[in-house]
Amino acid sequence: MNSIFKASTAALALLAMTAPASAELTGDLRIVSDMSNPAPRAVMEGLVADFGAANPDLNIELEIVDREAWKTQIRNALTANAPDVVNWYAANRMGPYVEAGLFEDVSDMYEDGSLPGLDAVKGAMTLDGAQWGVPYTFYQWGIYYREDIFNELGLTEPTTMEEEMANCQVILDSGRKCYAIGTKFLWTAGGWFDYMNMRTNGFDFHMELARGEVAWTDERVVQTFENWAALIEMGAFIDDHQSYSWQEALKFMTDGDATAYLIGNFAVAPMRDAGLDDSQIDFYQFPTIADVPQGEDAPTDTFHIPAQASNKDNARAFLAFVASADVQTEINAGAALGQLPVNADSSVDADEFLEQGFDMLSNNAQGGVAQFFDRDFPAEMASVGMEGLQEFMVFPENVDDILARLEEARGRIYE
Amino acid sequence: MTTATTRSWYKRNEIAVTPWLFLIPGIIMFALYVIFPIFQSFWISFHEWDGLGEKEWVGLANYERLLGGDRKFETSFWNNLKWLILYLLAIPMGLFISLFLNQKVFGIRLYKSLFFFPFVISQVVVGLVFSWFYLPGDQGLLNNVVGVIGLGPYNILGSPNSATYGIIAAGLWPQTAYCMILYLTGLNSVDPEQVEAARLDGAKGFRMLWYVILPQLKPATFIAFVVTIIGALRSFDFIAVMTNGGPFGSTRVLSFYMFEESLSEFGFRMGYGAAIAVVLFFIMLGFIGYFLWSMYQDEKGAR
Repeated sequence: MNSIFKASTAALALLAMTAPASAELTGDLRIVSDMSNPAPRAVMEGLVADFGAANPDLNIELEIVDREAWKTQIRNALTANAPDVVNWYAANRMGPYVEAGLFEDVSDMYEDGSLPGLDAVKGAMTLDGAQWGVPYTFYQWGIYYREDIFNELGLTEPTTMEEEMANCQVILDSGRKCYAIGTKFLWTAGGWFDYMNMRTNGFDFHMELARGEVAWTDERVVQTFENWAALIEMGAFIDDHQSYSWQEALKFMTDGDATAYLIGNFAVAPMRDAGLDDSQIDFYQFPTIADVPQGEDAPTDTFHIPAQASNKDNARAFLAFVASADVQTEINAGAALGQLPVNADSSVDADEFLEQGFDMLSNNAQGGVAQFFDRDFPAEMASVGMEGLQEFMVFPENVDDILARLEEARGRIYE
Repeated sequence: MTTATTRSWYKRNEIAVTPWLFLIPGIIMFALYVIFPIFQSFWISFHEWDGLGEKEWVGLANYERLLGGDRKFETSFWNNLKWLILYLLAIPMGLFISLFLNQKVFGIRLYKSLFFFPFVISQVVVGLVFSWFYLPGDQGLLNNVVGVIGLGPYNILGSPNSATYGIIAAGLWPQTAYCMILYLTGLNSVDPEQVEAARLDGAKGFRMLWYVILPQLKPATFIAFVVTIIGALRSFDFIAVMTNGGPFGSTRVLSFYMFEESLSEFGFRMGYGAAIAVVLFFIMLGFIGYFLWSMYQDEKGAR
């Protein structure tokens, strides 16, 4: 049934998705969303409008809350007068709510075939052997660089760290910095650590570290920091990065004072807004260091049903609707979220960065796909860790002290 | 005598009871929203709790970790101390400005309100303005100014050695204005006859200030001291806006650390946060106890 409709128009496909939920839905559906930035907000409102159009008798109530505020508000929302659908993040960030029994187990949806095309992302939604929600978007991380400056200096996209560092030396000699970064809010340093560690020791080792199975003082971790220190000591990163947010540091790249930025795909929109066109910016995968399968960071944003929701059937139908192939194509298009669809049957919008990212994650991430430092590591480890990473990027000579501190925290946090 | 027996219980005890009737709503509120949460914090601090699940009794473990070499706690504690001591500079600075402004020239009211202006604007705005002032490289005003005489550039808020002092300097700006206003009102009530008499006796300049003016400003000094100590302990806003506790946690104070542990994005370690709150409570209790005691002494002396 689904395959017939897939080739047909979006409107028909939309009906196909709601059809399994025994014709049209009735009753209420209360959604609290954290998609508060302008573009995501329009997407969320569009989703509700489309879902409402397909189910005219369903009374949908949408409340959009500030994305940052939601990170702490969700706790109250899930416990008192819970809505039917909420936004959150994949992997370990679900942990506290899964453990407290506040997220609905939706494994049944993955088993009964109401979520076709989601097999690849199922892992990110799995904790304790069950699935707790559906993803709706994800995006690649990687090195975004100034193509025009690379051309001017005669540089090409590097694939190994030796080439990367050789490039960087040329860039430094031209009076620029190699990497823009703003670590005031710490997490951007987590991205650098993720990649340095995944490239030095591999994805599996990185995940072992995230699960607390390896000591921070392990010589393999020390090796990661040594590789990273080589870049820091050659002056590759902009000065005073501890004083900037990632947005403020973007100015160094748009002004041409720094040539590259390890960041998520969300940075492309502000770069374009700042006046850079696609001939000036391009993307390459983080270069290899050791001979290990390449792991990538690709954080996933999600929808969940609170365990105390009152309209769980309607909520399940909405989750299936959001994750369906055509809706995924539509909401992740360049003009909408501008990110990658989670459904394998969706198509990726014709956008230089989305295509490269999708190709990289589909074909060149044999190691595995990580969520991000602050989502893969438990919350307390992430906060202690990112603080240490920021200190390392400013004072690389403190590495022994930092690692000893992180190891002390590991001993306490994982128990 | 018959009238006495017919009078109701309330009528008989009216004088004693009425104050309590008026006090009851306030007492209930105070007990519910202040006293009760204090003891609740004590209780939570003996547990490990993520705010969602079951509380797990851990006894004194939180305090053992906190006082047994938690470096974040030590940094926060010393920063609190820096705030308390350096913030007191607002008192002499406020006194100096108020003496300077306590004259009758054309437009003095305008000057006074301009000096008072930083206290009127929100602490968040003051913090934001100062963080722009301190911007690293050649972006901030500070570096442009010191650059003229060949110094810098400094990254005040980006260096763990200077960041706390940079924030305290920002906090001193509105606090000085507050102390200034307190002293200006105090100066209005200085007895002109005493000043006259002192002048006849040949007192002037610093000796006049120290032996004649300042003793009469004692009530204003006391209030300035109290609000400055309280202001120093309320440094949270400045820190959150200007550095967010960074770089690498070097500008944390106890209240910020408590917030981070219990209520921030990566927090929700309620037991540990409560333990920090309890320690902070006892530190503040020390100050408050001292003030109550000295107020009591003053009252006794005045009688």
